[in-house]
Amino acid sequence: MKTNNTTLTDEQLETFGEELDAIRQRIIADLGEEDAAYIRKVVKTQRQFEVAGRALMYLPPAWPLAVAALSVSKILDNMEIGHNVMHGQYDWMGDPGLNSRMYEWDNVCPSEQWKNSHNYIHHTYTNILGKDRDIGYGVLRMDEDQKWHPYYLGNPLYAFLLMVFFEWGVAMHDLEVENIVAGKRKVSDNAALHAGIMRKVKRQALKDYLLFPALTGPLFPLTFTGNAIANLVRNVWAFNIIFCGHFPAGVATFSQEECEDESRGHWYYRQLLGSANITGGKLFHVMTGNLSHQIEHHLFPDLPARRYPEIAVEVREICERYGLQYNTGRLGKQLGSVAKKICRMALPDRKVEEKTTAPVAEPVAA
Amino acid sequence: MGLATTVLRSRALAALTSPHGVDRYLEQVNPMWAAHEVRARIVDVHREVDVPGHPPVATITLQPTSTWQGHRAGQHVQLGVEVDGARRTTRVFTISSPDSRPGDRFTVTMRANPDGVVSKYLVERARPGTMVHLSQAQGEFVLPDRVPERLLLVSGGSGITPVMSMLRSLQRRTHRGHVTFLHYAQSPEHQIFAEELDEIRRSGHGIDVHLLHPELGDPNLSPAFLERLVPRYRDVATWACGPAPMVEGVQAAYGDSEALRIEYFKPPRTSTGDAGGTVSFERSGQSADNTGASLLEQAEALGLKPEFGCRMGICFSCVSKKTDGTVRNVLTGEESSLPDEDVRICVSAPVGDCSVDL
Repeated sequence: MKTNNTTLTDEQLETFGEELDAIRQRIIADLGEEDAAYIRKVVKTQRQFEVAGRALMYLPPAWPLAVAALSVSKILDNMEIGHNVMHGQYDWMGDPGLNSRMYEWDNVCPSEQWKNSHNYIHHTYTNILGKDRDIGYGVLRMDEDQKWHPYYLGNPLYAFLLMVFFEWGVAMHDLEVENIVAGKRKVSDNAALHAGIMRKVKRQALKDYLLFPALTGPLFPLTFTGNAIANLVRNVWAFNIIFCGHFPAGVATFSQEECEDESRGHWYYRQLLGSANITGGKLFHVMTGNLSHQIEHHLFPDLPARRYPEIAVEVREICERYGLQYNTGRLGKQLGSVAKKICRMALPDRKVEEKTTAPVAEPVAA
Repeated sequence: MGLATTVLRSRALAALTSPHGVDRYLEQVNPMWAAHEVRARIVDVHREVDVPGHPPVATITLQPTSTWQGHRAGQHVQLGVEVDGARRTTRVFTISSPDSRPGDRFTVTMRANPDGVVSKYLVERARPGTMVHLSQAQGEFVLPDRVPERLLLVSGGSGITPVMSMLRSLQRRTHRGHVTFLHYAQSPEHQIFAEELDEIRRSGHGIDVHLLHPELGDPNLSPAFLERLVPRYRDVATWACGPAPMVEGVQAAYGDSEALRIEYFKPPRTSTGDAGGTVSFERSGQSADNTGASLLEQAEALGLKPEFGCRMGICFSCVSKKTDGTVRNVLTGEESSLPDEDVRICVSAPVGDCSVDL
């Protein structure tokens, strides 16, 4: 017997799922020229920013501009293009340059490994404790149900380091270092992954830290620093947007038991309550790769992200009808909420009694 | 290879443009610039046959990028178009113009298949200036560099395109031997290249052109007829291309002779898989009784829409992972039972139970 800990009855969950399926069907039937033209325009813009960034490095007074252009290029490449293309959002176009199986991003994490940890593990088991390794990335404590340990006193420090070295953290994510430390995984299990990461790291380092700096001759140190800063800017931006997606206050986590044999409706329910949005303007949404619409992204990970704003209107309406929370807020509010959680989780829980009566309690064995 | 090409294909430039590659930048400047990929601009669309009530036939002239390595008469090319600027669809077409050198213009000739996406678009809607995506020329059904003294070219229906390319190449190479060109068609009014063939026939360059229409009383293909047309035909280098029944007829007439080279215009139906057992498409959760048809056809019968291209085992667009079971290659009859094997589902038919990641 399945356990239903949700605020909806099984019948409600079913119709809820059907309504979301209907949105999906309608968007898929409508995909076409505009979506193709949009992503091509973003790609063109990204390439222009990249070329501009590389070129402006030759003009020392324009150095800040060069760094800015290269940062924008890397952010667009990783988020609105890379993340979304690798979700298969544009596979229907049949363009090998925009195909999830072929796209490689400007990031030290090999796309092949990221697709496994992100598309499969994170998007399938979103916010299921013990399954979704994106909860704290194996480094942080982001939920009361993760057992506290003195190690977590460093939570804010680890989060800061993860932010600064985010692309490296993402690249190492698949290695499951925390499971190696716990003795659940052997270093030798990672041999193939290591090789893939090293190949990608070499290529990324070669262009950003050797070739392009060398091509600017005496400006080598300046270009080197500029490229490093562009990577840093992308790291900080991506980390912050992504942490606002699942960790603001009010976002729900789930136990493995309540998600066993879950229905389509419950899957949608979990994606909805396990994600949070950020409000903002059009440009802001593009720069976040539309991950500012994390809720819609988790409901429909393979629909082109430019459709999320229009889908959001309907999702909100559905949420109101079913009395479900739709977690959204300004960037500052969501960031503050995440920062607070990171710090709070560093300390052991204060109200242990309350925990046992929380809605996400362990179900009684059937 | 020019200096520009050498630079564009250099490892240094590849490292600088990593991870996207040189072509992803060049295409933003000019779609005709490429270092590795092959694209082409349509420069002419010429209607060959336009009989009211029947699908028209057109010859498309293509100016490829400098990356085009040329082709040998008889080869085909994968051609992808973006209909309405969105969905790229790729099909295989035979090249109808004579041998081409790197970067040379060439032509493809096709009938607008009423159910087809690409041929219909190319024949009816494409205009000069439209960009298309290409592969390099492919296929082993080609004329050798040293052409034998006597040749026999046999074709049926649209199978005329590769042998037409061969005939044109022979003319350009000023071949002095004797060529017999035998073509089967439904009726004279549907004949592609009719004028050109007529001119060749009358020019008296040692080329015998026979256009036959069995439905109008002309003799069918048989060993006796071939013997009458080309004495000791089993010893004459022969190229045959057409629908499966015709090619199979030619094969029977040649027995174990090594003089025959064939190309199917459509894959044969003779060696399919065995019906029985269950075919499961895992990702979609669909399954059905195995009918013995190709995995692609069985998937489509269940309403799935797998990627496909040529539907004849050439282009690899439909490659999918067979997770379990045995499949038979319908072209070669070869069976394979490896788990997690990438197979071309258009020419793989299940033998008994089979699961595919689709």
